[in-house]
Amino acid sequence: MSAMLEVRGLHKWFPVRGGLLNRVRAQVQAVQDVSFSIQQGEILGLVGESGSGKSTLGRSILRLTEPTRGEVLFEGRNVLAMRGSELRGLRRRMQIVFQDPFASLDPRMTVEAIIGEALAIHHLKSSSDRVGELLELVGLSPDQRRRYPHQFSGGQRQRIGIARALAVNPSFIVADEPVSALDVSVQAQILNLLQDLQKKFGLTMLFISHDLLVVEHLCDRVMVMQLGRIMEIASNKRLYEAPAHPYTRALLSAAPVADPGQKRDRILLKGEIPSPMNPPSGCVFRTRCPYAIAECAEGVPPLREVSPGQFSACIRDVKDFATC
Amino acid sequence: MNDDAPLLKISDLRTHFFTRAGVVKSVNGISLEVRRGETLAVVGESGSGKSVTSLSVMRLIDAPGRIVNGSIVLRTKLGAVLDVTQCSEKEMRRVRGNDIAMVFQEPMTSLNPAYTAGNQIAEAIMLHQGKRKKEAWEMAAETLALVGISAPEKRMFEFPHQMSGGMRQRVMIAIALSSKPGLLIADEPTTALDVTIQAQILDLMRKLQSDLNMGILLITHNLGVVAEMASRVAVMYAGQIVEQGLVSDVFLAPKHPYTIGLLKSLPRPDSHARLEAIPGNVPSPFAMPPGCKFAPRCRHAVPDCSAGEPPLVEVNEGRLSRCFRWSEL
Repeated sequence: MSAMLEVRGLHKWFPVRGGLLNRVRAQVQAVQDVSFSIQQGEILGLVGESGSGKSTLGRSILRLTEPTRGEVLFEGRNVLAMRGSELRGLRRRMQIVFQDPFASLDPRMTVEAIIGEALAIHHLKSSSDRVGELLELVGLSPDQRRRYPHQFSGGQRQRIGIARALAVNPSFIVADEPVSALDVSVQAQILNLLQDLQKKFGLTMLFISHDLLVVEHLCDRVMVMQLGRIMEIASNKRLYEAPAHPYTRALLSAAPVADPGQKRDRILLKGEIPSPMNPPSGCVFRTRCPYAIAECAEGVPPLREVSPGQFSACIRDVKDFATC
Repeated sequence: MNDDAPLLKISDLRTHFFTRAGVVKSVNGISLEVRRGETLAVVGESGSGKSVTSLSVMRLIDAPGRIVNGSIVLRTKLGAVLDVTQCSEKEMRRVRGNDIAMVFQEPMTSLNPAYTAGNQIAEAIMLHQGKRKKEAWEMAAETLALVGISAPEKRMFEFPHQMSGGMRQRVMIAIALSSKPGLLIADEPTTALDVTIQAQILDLMRKLQSDLNMGILLITHNLGVVAEMASRVAVMYAGQIVEQGLVSDVFLAPKHPYTIGLLKSLPRPDSHARLEAIPGNVPSPFAMPPGCKFAPRCRHAVPDCSAGEPPLVEVNEGRLSRCFRWSEL
């Protein structure tokens, strides 16, 4: 297996303007020094709470928002250096599925026009057959091609969004919270669809979600972000069975499980998620961390390998957590 | 006062919306009971009628909606028994906030952006308890401390936009609890919050419930939240209750195909097996299927299911199912 996508030291800062002369007063450090890679055919899960920078990271990779600094290599080529037709060619290979199926489809276009537009932009032949084929692929009927988005339910709209992304035969997909707006019974349909399509086309995927159970279900490896920084990366099995970072542990213990027999020892975090405009010094989790010590404020803890393939950005030893 | 008598008893409630496109039977024959100190969860997907049920209890249904049938009997703090559906608007103003309080999903839209947190809590106290401003302000600060907000004297002067989502939800809960209501209706209280903050708010609600011995009617779509918070659960589908019982019974041995489908469509820890999604979509309110509303999506449906509507039958004590074939499931 080779890395299809490699991200090195990626930063994205948003300037905050204000005051009399509309000067830049502060920077929101949405993504801070993020490095990771995704192998060909892999689904990498990206979990985090609101404001963790997970969507910004996904968009930065596709250059839907320009990163401030860093490198994104797609099949060895530097995405951030690309211009014009080269960039357009690349975008054919990388697609995105958005969270809100109500906001991401133009209400005045028919399904056929929505999918046809994706094909036209990339100078691909748009035919009625191709649109019908794509609709069938995502579990809709080709007869529905002349309908408008409002004539579909939320789950069906998300299927249209997926068909649009797949229209140009991409090899890499960023799925940004694709099931968060859906009811559970429909969510399961869409998760199954994504899984089937991933297998069928050997897609590589960055799956962004705040729902740990969904990520566990779907992904091969999982990356946990908070306030723009990666806290932990590990294989799915390792992350859920033996989480190394205190933040991952807190997240896992906070997620309610639909099993009334299971009573768990919950790690209740104190306090609020700090503002991304003014993150704590050192480790961004230290203000809420039950295991924080004085040294945590001193420097940003680097990701270190705590077990083969498992990286955690915490200076403390996992063994210490049990005794605290 | 008999302590076993239910705090809230809803009988055959029907709330319909008379729209130009036709009558939407959002709530179509719901019966529920909430006792003091217990949490009853009403769970369902969007459009199932769970929120309309809670708004009916508060009598907050606006035209073109109307409660067309049923009774909502409430036991007030003073021991009176009244039917909310028959109350005058003046009586309702006393009931809301005093006997029943409500926490909504979106704390940003339910708080007034133009007033400080302190003002909004104190207003509720002045309104419902007839306190003077100074006294109300002091009580408001105490309530803020009760919901776990540090430095309440300082936070009292903050506006909603200066607060985080979790903090705003605490302020909402503070307003709701300021008059120590007997019944709290929590409509998706943690849906807009992150999981770590959700855990804090649920923990807070549990604590306050045992301190105040409140009954809680918890409206949610999240089965995980139901499992953690409630002792009993009513599962709603297309305006009706399809199953009801103790959470432990319903989750471990569901007696309705919809409940089975919901539980199976959830991703489970330690399992990567393909999910068993419920096929199809929730029926349109204008094109309800005849007979059992769930039959078109049901794996267990037989022709009889579409012929007549299955009644809600008692499977065993306190356990209800609206399925002809419950004994075969």
